[in-house]
Amino acid sequence: MADNPTLHGADSRLEEKVTFKEQAAFVGRLLWRDRTGIIGILIFISIVFAAVFADGLTAYEPLDQDLSASKLPPAWEEGGAPEHPLGTDNLGRDMLSRLIYGARVSLGVSFFGALIAAAIGVFLGATAAYVGGRLDDLIMAPVNLVLSLPYLLFVVFVASVLGKSLLNVILIFGITNSPIFARVTRGEVLRIRESAYVESAMSAGARWWRVLLIHIMPNLVGPLVTLISFQISAMIFYEAGLGFIGLSVPPTIPSWGNMLAEGRKYIASYPWLTTWPGLAIVYTSLGMNLLGDWLRDISDPRVRRARR
Amino acid sequence: MLKYTLTKVTQSLLLALGVLILAFFMVRMTGDPATLMMSRNATPEAVEAFREAMGFNRPVIVQFWDWITKAFTGDFGNSLHFREPALKLVLQRLPATLQLASVGLLMAVVVGVPLGLVAGFKSGSWFDYLSRLLALGGQSIPNFWLGLILLLVFAQRLGWFPVFGNDEPNSVVLPAFVLSLPVMGELLRLTRSAALEVRGEDFVRTAVSKGLKRYTIYTKHVLRNVAISLISVIGVEFGYMMGGSIYIETVYAWPGMGQMVGMALGWRDFPLVQTLVVFTSIVVLSLNLLTDLVYALIDPRIRHGR
Repeated sequence: MADNPTLHGADSRLEEKVTFKEQAAFVGRLLWRDRTGIIGILIFISIVFAAVFADGLTAYEPLDQDLSASKLPPAWEEGGAPEHPLGTDNLGRDMLSRLIYGARVSLGVSFFGALIAAAIGVFLGATAAYVGGRLDDLIMAPVNLVLSLPYLLFVVFVASVLGKSLLNVILIFGITNSPIFARVTRGEVLRIRESAYVESAMSAGARWWRVLLIHIMPNLVGPLVTLISFQISAMIFYEAGLGFIGLSVPPTIPSWGNMLAEGRKYIASYPWLTTWPGLAIVYTSLGMNLLGDWLRDISDPRVRRARR
Repeated sequence: MLKYTLTKVTQSLLLALGVLILAFFMVRMTGDPATLMMSRNATPEAVEAFREAMGFNRPVIVQFWDWITKAFTGDFGNSLHFREPALKLVLQRLPATLQLASVGLLMAVVVGVPLGLVAGFKSGSWFDYLSRLLALGGQSIPNFWLGLILLLVFAQRLGWFPVFGNDEPNSVVLPAFVLSLPVMGELLRLTRSAALEVRGEDFVRTAVSKGLKRYTIYTKHVLRNVAISLISVIGVEFGYMMGGSIYIETVYAWPGMGQMVGMALGWRDFPLVQTLVVFTSIVVLSLNLLTDLVYALIDPRIRHGR
């Protein structure tokens, strides 16, 4: 495609340095061409915004109880109150405020979980691929073991043994999700190492760390960011699932999973206690999936060109 | 083929051994399995007696050897709650989970594959967008939540389905559907992209120009090629369904292994949890092995590969 500006095109790299402005314009054009990517980014930004500015956005503290105003339905239903637009829960806590604070917990757990997983996984995967031999086998055996097991069962098992705390949940997610990062990193590094530009760099006498930092690492960014985005979506599910059976963060922390577990007891008479946190999860997960799809497409030049 | 089979079987056996090791050390992660399994207000004497009875006071290596050797004879210890062999209890629960997963898989294949085929052939049409929306929904809606909502609407409000259990013939519909949704989406995406790829191939274009009916082209020419890549996924997805039904079985009070996991966790009946995890993992590993072998049988490139 002649009219398609190539960001990674070797020829344009050699002739002139691509300025930041050109890069930004390029990403902008890519975004515009793929509307679902925009939706994904907007959803992501809105959730991050809610999580960061939760204090300013809410009229109530997430744990403030008001038993005189408990179980109020959403404002547009009969009996609802305008000061609680999404209603209140069984203890009279404002649903909207709890949802917004819940974004902080659920997104925080998933985000830091994914970062830890990526850090461990990239280290293991890159080492396995780079050193090879015995060490490769030694690293990849447990990685393959974890990846071939029913993940949900093991997470539930570990979480119930370790007991609930915010740190435990983050660590469990971080450690148990690192194998997938290790596998992806190892595969990518092995693939990139075979490429002509790495070979020519090595034959030109570049040290191994230089090859790693300048030639291999930048190429890992695309696949890893994509994976992180999908993993965040998955971990929001797992946090909610753990909360659902009472194994996530302590009940005093307003996570979406805890809200679901609470609301489930009242589903027949006060369904909004269950619908709102569920919709919040669907909204976030939808955004992360759209974002992930888009990132996968733009980080892979082959797909990028094929897309209409 | 023999060499390939042997390698795969050995690999699976090693993984199964890994599962046993992992399950053993997981209950010992906190350092003291006795306090983990006893209720929080148990007296120190009771905990000590329990530790004695379970053999937790022996050296870890002795306990480990005991666990491994007994596991090979099918003895996973007794459930603390039921005071019966854990494996026996798990096996009693197997048929219900198997039924749920089978019906779920059937639903996923019957809906996902045809939709994916048509979507792939008419990419860019409104039908394509609609089915991609379904796939995205399967990915983005947490199944335990969807299970609750469907239960509320179709079982409680409308009364079309029973609210819990598996006593009636249509009990399986709601839980199986919820369980199948993510798999449905996955199969749809896969079939769609496979159909997109095959669409441009010469043999399909020949079939079109011969004037064959669309249905014939789909089933005879395209589906056969897509089937190979589907087989590898279907086996894995079936395993996922067997191990991923904890929430759905809990919501629908479906008397399978998943519901038992939830209950056993509540009772702190860790020998039972351990057995459930090991058993399910071994079922999943066997399914993966079977898939690999069937795949190699169909596609010679795999068994002679590299």
